[in-house]
Amino acid sequence: MNAPDAAAAKVPFGTRLRDWWGSLDRWQQWAVLIPAVLLIYLLPVLNPPLLTTEPGTDFQITLFNAARIALIAIGLNIVVGQAGLLDLGYVGFFAVGAYTTAVFSSPDSFLATDYPWLACIPLAMFVTAVSGLLLGAPTLRLRGDYLAIVTLGFGEIVRLLADNLDPLRGQRGFGAIPGPEVTRADGSQVFTSTDGTPWYWLTVTVIIIVLMFVGNLERSRVGRAWVAIREDEDAAESMGVPTFRFKLWAFAMGATVGGLSGAIYAGQVGFINSQGFDIITSILFLAAVVLGGSGNKVGVILGAFIIVYIPDRFQVIAQYRFLIFGLAIIVLMIFRPQGLLGARQRLLTYGRQAYQRLIGKGEQISSESALGKHEEGVLR
Amino acid sequence: MTHVTSVLAQDPLIDFNFQLLVDRFWANTIDGLSYGSIYALVAIGYTLVYGVLRLINFAHSEIFVIGVFAAYFTFASLGFVPGESPQLGLFVLIGSLLVAGLVAMAVSGGSAVLLERVCYRPLRKRGAPPLVFLITAIGASFAIQQIFLITLGANSQPTIRLLRPTEVFEIFGARVTNIQIMTVVAAIVLMVVADTFVNRTRLGRGVRAVSQDPATATLMGVNRERVFMLTFLLGGVLAGAAALFYIMTIPAAAVYNGGFLLGIKAFTAAVLGGIGNLRGALLGGLVLGVVENYGQSFFGGEWRDVIAFVLLIVVLMFRPTGILGESLAKARA
Repeated sequence: MNAPDAAAAKVPFGTRLRDWWGSLDRWQQWAVLIPAVLLIYLLPVLNPPLLTTEPGTDFQITLFNAARIALIAIGLNIVVGQAGLLDLGYVGFFAVGAYTTAVFSSPDSFLATDYPWLACIPLAMFVTAVSGLLLGAPTLRLRGDYLAIVTLGFGEIVRLLADNLDPLRGQRGFGAIPGPEVTRADGSQVFTSTDGTPWYWLTVTVIIIVLMFVGNLERSRVGRAWVAIREDEDAAESMGVPTFRFKLWAFAMGATVGGLSGAIYAGQVGFINSQGFDIITSILFLAAVVLGGSGNKVGVILGAFIIVYIPDRFQVIAQYRFLIFGLAIIVLMIFRPQGLLGARQRLLTYGRQAYQRLIGKGEQISSESALGKHEEGVLR
Repeated sequence: MTHVTSVLAQDPLIDFNFQLLVDRFWANTIDGLSYGSIYALVAIGYTLVYGVLRLINFAHSEIFVIGVFAAYFTFASLGFVPGESPQLGLFVLIGSLLVAGLVAMAVSGGSAVLLERVCYRPLRKRGAPPLVFLITAIGASFAIQQIFLITLGANSQPTIRLLRPTEVFEIFGARVTNIQIMTVVAAIVLMVVADTFVNRTRLGRGVRAVSQDPATATLMGVNRERVFMLTFLLGGVLAGAAALFYIMTIPAAAVYNGGFLLGIKAFTAAVLGGIGNLRGALLGGLVLGVVENYGQSFFGGEWRDVIAFVLLIVVLMFRPTGILGESLAKARA
């Protein structure tokens, strides 16, 4: 992009880009955003020659998977990036969402309700939100490492329950989970498990809606409380932030988004069993958030894209992907603990207006030097 | 809805088996103690590192797996063949076990020190916040596991038995095998050695000093880097010893992801006993091993791992400082 490069040798590219973006008017931002979003929507149809993952892997399915992981990363980012609560068992919420959908819609289910997919979405979100509260209420007094281990335990318990409780069918799983009931003129289904394009469009739309919600949350009192908790929980508490309530709130919100993506996943693949909800998957979700830059929504979407796209694009490394992600996490944490695109401290109240008044509109003053480099949004 | 209730009524989700719990009480106690001593040996690694660095060394379970593979390949290179169980003379047997044990301990100890050098020291130099340490540890655990998966495959190595478990004596109708006796005795001996080392020697005093107050300890002339190295070395060495007994108890244990569950259980044991407390680790390990075995009889074998996780959550919720953990809690508060 055409970030100004005058006198910016010392300022990192990301910061320059962000300052440039922040100095634009709203209409200019829209003028960039709308074509970009259109391009994102058109990706599966254009199937750009260099970018495509074919013939190795279906490009549309890859795009859908990237979008699905991006949605998960956005949800996990609320918990890890915004509120600073390390959640290693996020796959548990994903599983709860997928299983709720399966139980209510699959003909294999003991309930045998055969709800349409659309009716399962709010159900799945509600059940995961409740499970987030159920896990969070007793455990959120724990901090840091301990909380991480407890959430890890929760993720494993969910998987083991799915494995061993008879009504949840373990490895046999639930089949014939319906997708959205949309038919073409000739009567064929639009949403099938083999065609990624409609699912990709659906997921991108969901992501945009979720981003709007999450963005509003971040700019609200809730978001400021989260950042305060992330930076220093004791200080936040002593300044009158009811930390427990806001941590619980973050947990429930994060869980809801996880449940939503679980429901979408169940609808797309049409079959789920207790496999594929293990800790490795959970770590992969975390890797997406940490790689991209926790606390930064654009960052985590980038991280999710990298995690899905690279193994599919470069088939040679596909079997090494978990190894690469493990090593990447180590290297990244040592050299760039905030991730590829880190979150940045900014003025939270009045956000945009105050920022522009402070730096002077259009002037390229790095906020990094003003706020001190080491204060940048590193997880705590 | 009548359908649902009838399904649930006919087929209870979990069978409670009082009879089996009573019948197998002593057998479970003995099995639990031998498993528990393995947990305890691994738990020391967690407890020591947490004591001095305030870090849950997530990759410690992989250090243990490295030990398992080291022991396994030592068996193999000593000429033992999968599937056979040779009749060995006593001296040959003891010699082979000693060699395998020493190799496992050396390899595990060495890799623990290496892990500290490669992953944690650079972070310490940069003054990274605690969560970054934990994420790095997760990355390291992940990477080591994948290296084993890629080089050795997903299946466990063919089993090599140096020693068939044979009954030595009976207690209340439960048989006690030679391997179980060896495991428990070795665990207790190693625990006593480790405890003496930390509590009685000069280097151990340094470890305790750093655990209490790193800054003051440094001012008093304790070499912090050396203490960190030492704790990782000690934890790794004990994990290596645990690995030897583990692969003798469960010969199919040499598999790339064999460390995950055992690591969680050992960590649970460390928390249960009070993290940062060596004797607590032993107690926690034994308690966890026994409880897990009772639970296995009571709820059924498939719930064994659930019991450990539920116990972990319950302990952390109600008593995060563990059974013997008060001193550390005070130091932290």
